[in-house]
Amino acid sequence: MQRREVVVIGAGPAGLSAAIEAAGNGVDVVVFDENDRPGGQLFKQIHKFFGSKEHRAMERGFNIGKDLLEEAKSLGVSVVLNAVVLGIYENGVMNVVLNDRIEEVKGERILVATGASENMVPFPGWTLPGVIGAGAAQTMTNIHGVRPGSRLLMVGSGNVGVVVSYQMVQAGCEVVAVIDAAPKVGGYGVHAAKIARQGIPFFLSHTVKEAHGAGRVEGATIIQVDDKWKPVPGTEKHFEVDTICVAVGLTPMTKLLGMSGCKMTYIPVLGGAVPVHDRDQRTSIPTTYVAGDVSGIEEASTAILEGRIAGLAIARSLGYLEDGAFLSRREELLNSMAGLRDGPHGIARREAKELINAAVQG
Amino acid sequence: MADHLSKKGYISDEELKLGSGVPSEQRRRRGPVAVIECIEAIPCNPCESSCKARAIFVGADITHPPELFEDKCIGCLSCVPICPGQAIFVVDESYSDQRASVTMPYEFSPLPEKNEVVTALDRSGQVLGDATVKAVRKTKKMDRTALVTIEAPREWSMKARAFRLKR
Repeated sequence: MQRREVVVIGAGPAGLSAAIEAAGNGVDVVVFDENDRPGGQLFKQIHKFFGSKEHRAMERGFNIGKDLLEEAKSLGVSVVLNAVVLGIYENGVMNVVLNDRIEEVKGERILVATGASENMVPFPGWTLPGVIGAGAAQTMTNIHGVRPGSRLLMVGSGNVGVVVSYQMVQAGCEVVAVIDAAPKVGGYGVHAAKIARQGIPFFLSHTVKEAHGAGRVEGATIIQVDDKWKPVPGTEKHFEVDTICVAVGLTPMTKLLGMSGCKMTYIPVLGGAVPVHDRDQRTSIPTTYVAGDVSGIEEASTAILEGRIAGLAIARSLGYLEDGAFLSRREELLNSMAGLRDGPHGIARREAKELINAAVQG
Repeated sequence: MADHLSKKGYISDEELKLGSGVPSEQRRRRGPVAVIECIEAIPCNPCESSCKARAIFVGADITHPPELFEDKCIGCLSCVPICPGQAIFVVDESYSDQRASVTMPYEFSPLPEKNEVVTALDRSGQVLGDATVKAVRKTKKMDRTALVTIEAPREWSMKARAFRLKR
């Protein structure tokens, strides 16, 4: 059995940031990621980020990812790819698929930073080739340089929907419309405005009625919904499209946490079932920490801050960092976080996180 | 979010006037000045930190929408490429009697060329008509966001916010 001081699961912004803070304080850290590339979603993020300088605002996500990865490696963190953690058992023991073998690895501390998975919305024809998630669209265009289609309907007007629509226009797709079952645009107004001025219409209170096509998507019919989300007959509109891109939210990937016995709670604004955790990002299992989307759907910039806090808290719990230094640094990071969890888009997340922090006590 | 913005995806003229980032007509006639079309409380402040003239205020609470001090703004363009929301434009109504220029961020390929005639679009993507590209700027600091200045009839100065290539 391999023994490590800290095992981080997930090499996205949260996991890498935690690894950097822990390793920077002398802790031995290994990061496992099931993908063949590190960085989580960061390398797909070709747009400039919001925030302030300390959050690396106005930098593009992939550059932030590159820097995090380099910093982690320079601090001696080993990032192991194609490493699937199958389960976390008692005393921090986990089974990890490494080079086609299942190996036992024990972490004195574990940070679960597994991110989120995309939600899907079923409709007749949703299994046709050409119906894709927004994450897939981003992977195709921004990682592999492949345009997913020529004419695209975006389902979902949250930040993912509007940002990916913009990126699809950059890739040379014609985006025929952005639709959302909700009566209002979900994402930032400035992101919406970027695509509106390209002539892309928004159809709010609309859902997909059906995808058409023989063997692949050739068209989509959308329909208006009333205030009880019921389709209104006679309001159908048809689009000739070869791609229907679905961006209807994310769900935290909490399976490892659930099976390891972490106390969970259900908070819709954070994406569903999330592990309760304290201000140090520690779960109900004292040696297990969480950061990033797995602890509640937010953004890369909040994931980085949560990761940093978790990494510092882990370093302190292992005796590598003194209380005073830890507390003042945590205060700084929490203040920085407060700036991001504010305004109409952020306040609900802040309240939810406060509720979760309180729930861990009892 | 403001009603029109949340229903249509772009700011109406009325919503824009209520915002704190729009310079007066007198100021626009005097020369280039930033027009900040950011009315929603989102956590972001690179415009403030990029402004050497200290003409933009966001403050410690970074969700505060930016305020423009029009008399301090020198129209230097620094804030345009750094805005992650691409919500800042520089308008110059002193261009000539009938004409104005609008500088906007541009992240599509290919870039237009100087003196190329393009189709100007308003906030909803509606065609306004022909405009002429007067400058295309791209530096390393802009991090792949080009700045394109178009010249158009003066009455479009507060309408033209995008363009389409004719080729």
